[in-house]
Amino acid sequence: MPADRDRGQGRIDTYRHPWVVRITHWVNVLCVVILVMSGLQILRAHPHLYWGLASTFDDPWLSFPNIPSWATLPSWQDLARGRRWHFFFAWLFVINGLIYLAYILIWGRLRRVLFPTRADIADIPHSVVEHAKLKFPEGEAVRRYNVIQKLTYLAVLLVLLPLMLFTGLGMSPGMNAAAPWMIEIVGGRQSARTLHFIAAAGIVIFAIVHVLLVVLSGPINNMRAMITGWYRIRLTGDDRAEP
Amino acid sequence: MPNPDRRRLLLGAGGLAALPLLGSCDSLARNEQVQCTLATAEKATKRSQRALARQALAPEYEEKDISDDFRANGSVDPAAAEYRALRANNFRDYRLIVDGLVERPLALSLTDLRRMPSRTQITKHDCVEGWTSIGKWKGARLSHILRQARLRPDAKYLVFHCFDALSQTEDGERYYTSIDLVDAFHEQTILAYEMNDEILPIKHGAPIRLRLERQLGYKMAKYVKRIEAVESFAHIGRGKGGYWEDRGYEWYAGV
Ligand code: HEM
Repeated sequence: MPADRDRGQGRIDTYRHPWVVRITHWVNVLCVVILVMSGLQILRAHPHLYWGLASTFDDPWLSFPNIPSWATLPSWQDLARGRRWHFFFAWLFVINGLIYLAYILIWGRLRRVLFPTRADIADIPHSVVEHAKLKFPEGEAVRRYNVIQKLTYLAVLLVLLPLMLFTGLGMSPGMNAAAPWMIEIVGGRQSARTLHFIAAAGIVIFAIVHVLLVVLSGPINNMRAMITGWYRIRLTGDDRAEP
Repeated sequence: MPNPDRRRLLLGAGGLAALPLLGSCDSLARNEQVQCTLATAEKATKRSQRALARQALAPEYEEKDISDDFRANGSVDPAAAEYRALRANNFRDYRLIVDGLVERPLALSLTDLRRMPSRTQITKHDCVEGWTSIGKWKGARLSHILRQARLRPDAKYLVFHCFDALSQTEDGERYYTSIDLVDAFHEQTILAYEMNDEILPIKHGAPIRLRLERQLGYKMAKYVKRIEAVESFAHIGRGKGGYWEDRGYEWYAGV
């Protein structure tokens, strides 16, 4: 990790995101955008969801009478092309995700940066209140992710994104032969399809809140950090007073 | 002093700003080169699924799981005059032709097919559209038919030529599809003549339909007229190996 750079006047640039994290993050954003849009194209071919082994056509659990064409890839109705985009970017998503996971495991980012410390856990109530007031940490405290940030990232990385992949594979008849337990544990292929949709909705909701928080907590600084790696800290009076 | 950080930032931000445009950029979706690149995923999928699944069987279900609303997709009532004539006579004159790269071409009646070693299986039918229905199928094992016909060593694929056209008109483009020999000799690959303990209904492909349990429904040819063993399907239809394949769908429909 490169050392801090002193920019003078109480400004310090700290190296926050290594290049592997930055690249895999943006590749992932590309994948998620395309997977969601082509996924909606696929959903449009039969916009009804069910639970269980098979479709109960007269009694879907959830239906989508009109999926807007601006949200689908391609915009016109074209299941074949939607599938081509979906599966290509699904592969990219998996490879990219594995690189990221391998990195955070091997270089200890998972433990050092993403896992909450005991102090973090104790700080949850306080952090919730601060977030509700849209007050974000300042000064030295921004060197680390706050506890809500950590828990959200962990939930996305270890629950939502893997669930997406798992239920996606669960819909494949080829995979069903190779690993029948994948649909057994979720209660059938139509349950897998419904869970796939729910996981996608979860990711979309996360992405919206995530971008909102990036914007509210200093968009330029956040984006610079996720693009160049360098995050600027403005020391507060308290920090400078420290010996 | 020029700030390299800022330049990188601007470049990156420009790239990112272009991102949302990607989705709405339908010209990309039409571009041939892009389509070719996207199609590489199909090969990766086929290779990895074949390595994982080998000869594994598709899951089978119980009587109680059978759908009472099994959907019939594609054509449900072929208009071809030859089909209508066979159907009028309860398919007594129907002959399944097995030819192409085989030592011994066959013409099998329904009685012949019913006498062959059969398999009965309750399986799920997964449509490319996303729905699933569960049905019970009985049919002649394709592997047995192929052993009778004796494939020549250069045979790599089986092409299923069918009576039906999606337009349900006499002159409509006829449905066809193709499978490779791994799937052709798979334990659950049968030519079904019964569905849910009854004679296969017209809308589900009478007199026989292919069951290919590890792929999607659009590969499971209904109204099969002829099975042709070939080395390559490049000269058939638009060369992609099937009616739906010619229209952009994957040849390997395992996902
Ligand atoms: C255009 C949309 C997005 C923007 C602008 C964006 C921006 C950012 C930024 C600036 C950070 C760094 C936060 C910090 O330093 O405090 C970050 C981190 C992160 N983002 Fe995003 N993001 C976007 C979409 C997504 C999506 C779709 C996902 C996942 C589904 C995602 C998952 C993550 C994760 C897991 C981290 C933490 C990574 C780590 O530290 O190892 N982001 N994002």
